[in-house]
Amino acid sequence: MIGIYLIGAFSIALALFLNRNKAITFILLGLFLILQGALAFYAYFNLQTTDWSYFTYDSLGVLLLTTLSIISVPAIFHSHIYLEDQPAPQEARAIYYAAVVLLLTAISAGYLANHIAVIWIFTEITTLSASALIYHHRNKLALEGTWKYVFICAISITFVFIGILFLSLSLEHAGSDDLSFKNLVANSSNLNPFWLRLAFLFIFTGFTAKLGLVPMFTAGIDAKDKAPAPAGALLSSVLMNLGFVGIFRFYVVVANTPLHHWANLVIGIAAFLSVFIATVYMIKVKNIKRMMAYSGLEHMGLVMLGIAAGGIGYYAAILHIVLHAFVKSSLFFQFTQLYRVFQSKSIYYVGNYFKYNTAGAMVLLLGFISATAMPPSGLFVSEFLIFRSMFEAHQIVLLVAVLLLLTMIIWAFGKSILKILFIPPVEFDDSNVPVISPWESASQFFLLALAAYLGLNPPAEFVQMIKDSIMLLPN
Amino acid sequence: MIDVLLITFIITLFYMAIANRMLTYLKVLAFQGVLLFVVVFLQLKEINPVNLALILLETIVFKSVAVPLFMAYVLKRNNITRESEPFLPNFVSLIITTAIVVVTILLANQVKDTHLDKIFFVVALSSLFTGLYFIATRRKIITHVIGYLIIENGVFVLSLAVGNEMPMLVNLGIMLDIFASVLILGIFLNKIGDVFKDIDVNQLSNLKDY
Repeated sequence: MIGIYLIGAFSIALALFLNRNKAITFILLGLFLILQGALAFYAYFNLQTTDWSYFTYDSLGVLLLTTLSIISVPAIFHSHIYLEDQPAPQEARAIYYAAVVLLLTAISAGYLANHIAVIWIFTEITTLSASALIYHHRNKLALEGTWKYVFICAISITFVFIGILFLSLSLEHAGSDDLSFKNLVANSSNLNPFWLRLAFLFIFTGFTAKLGLVPMFTAGIDAKDKAPAPAGALLSSVLMNLGFVGIFRFYVVVANTPLHHWANLVIGIAAFLSVFIATVYMIKVKNIKRMMAYSGLEHMGLVMLGIAAGGIGYYAAILHIVLHAFVKSSLFFQFTQLYRVFQSKSIYYVGNYFKYNTAGAMVLLLGFISATAMPPSGLFVSEFLIFRSMFEAHQIVLLVAVLLLLTMIIWAFGKSILKILFIPPVEFDDSNVPVISPWESASQFFLLALAAYLGLNPPAEFVQMIKDSIMLLPN
Repeated sequence: MIDVLLITFIITLFYMAIANRMLTYLKVLAFQGVLLFVVVFLQLKEINPVNLALILLETIVFKSVAVPLFMAYVLKRNNITRESEPFLPNFVSLIITTAIVVVTILLANQVKDTHLDKIFFVVALSSLFTGLYFIATRRKIITHVIGYLIIENGVFVLSLAVGNEMPMLVNLGIMLDIFASVLILGIFLNKIGDVFKDIDVNQLSNLKDY
């Protein structure tokens, strides 16, 4: 199935790139969504089987693949609205759709890959397609954002490659040369710790560019700001999850060696710094899209804190990235409507949103409640579990510091969002504000509701899949 | 013989640290490509036509002909000045590069491993850090790309140290890496030349948070 999927999706991307006819574009995009859904279904019903020898439908991969398949439908729908509203040349439009399809395909394949070099190859393809999306507007700022993204990602991907080389050195001591995760876990007791340590440092640093964590997070923030908002939604949800998969799968290997505590320390430091930096910028930032991107940095920091704490934290971390993907993408989708009303990204020129687009304002309010993990939202559950795991791991000082930082983030985020919702903007001429159909917000309500449902009342299969994903980790 | 070549490789790093003109950088990069080819050639246990063709493509065609020529074209097309304009004087650069090499030698002496030839490790790590140092201290965007290419050469040396028989996957990985990165970097570098008057990192600071 993965073979059919990859060939089909790559040819759809090529056709979208060459095609200039609108009707055919719709058909091709529809075909792609069907193919994506089919892969998710097939993967779900064939759990734990291996396809094409480099792809395994394991629980973590299938869980994130399903998340991606759900998000891809509104992503393409909102992309269509976006491109209708902001007329772009035919060529730019074709490149945009082709890049979205290529990005989604590469991310899906990366989730399912069971070999570290295969994840690496697909991560490289995501850089290529994401750069086409960021450059969509073809102006000076977009170029700056694209250049920074491409450069940082190129260096990060080289780091991952160096890490893989060190890993193969480490594996030579175990008398094996198969770099699949299964074999690595099986041989984890024989790996050479010195090379494994170097490998972990390089691979972790490399994948943080995709995950959006300290140290390589900077390029991702610029990318999410400059890419069109529907593409930004993909970059700040499913693409970050790919970085998580890369780190997590390798972390499982390291966790089964004596280096477990050291790796937790490395991850913990990077995670705490991420939350700290997110706080600093959230207080300062005036650009709404960047604000959402920094909120993503904060959430990834929390996820990694959960991983570093261990115990229930593993479960909470995986729950958190799934829910975060739904919430953050819906906020980014909402941003396209906000921009259509005010034609500005700056908080200074935006306000009183309830008056102009009630449904959209509701999404923004609910999205804010979800993103700050206030009780009715699903993220409340996962964040609570992360804090519990930190408490159980006796990291009280760290926990208090993180809670203080989170309070500041909620204050800063709330200040901006409430201004957007209720305080009238200065010098805003509302004579020709477009009327936005409430139906356009339907998909965003759906995503937010899904996040709440999965957090508060998770179905048994969902819980089981998360438990299967963390099965190989020691307690 | 391989040791001599690898030491020559390190000397090229020193030379780059004190070189002033952009074209010199490109020539040194091309020379590094040739050095890498000879190293790989001497390391080969058996001559397999496919493998040889791939290595030839990777080192000679790509690293020493195509990339430097393309970069020279970019230089010329965008009227980039020929000076490299480092933030730090060349003397300091030379000292820092020397320090990097010394530190990596000390680090390599800590490693007790029969699977690894130490000199490869030293050369790989020193070119990695020299490349990063180049990126951090040069003003022009094109020198960032050159720093990146130095890192790539270091990674290539490391991959030689790791897999003597060079598994196909590693080989293909390197190809993909060079191809994709240089292609995108090159294309955008060209575009940047069109949009910004003088290619200088200080102009790339418009994306801010306030």
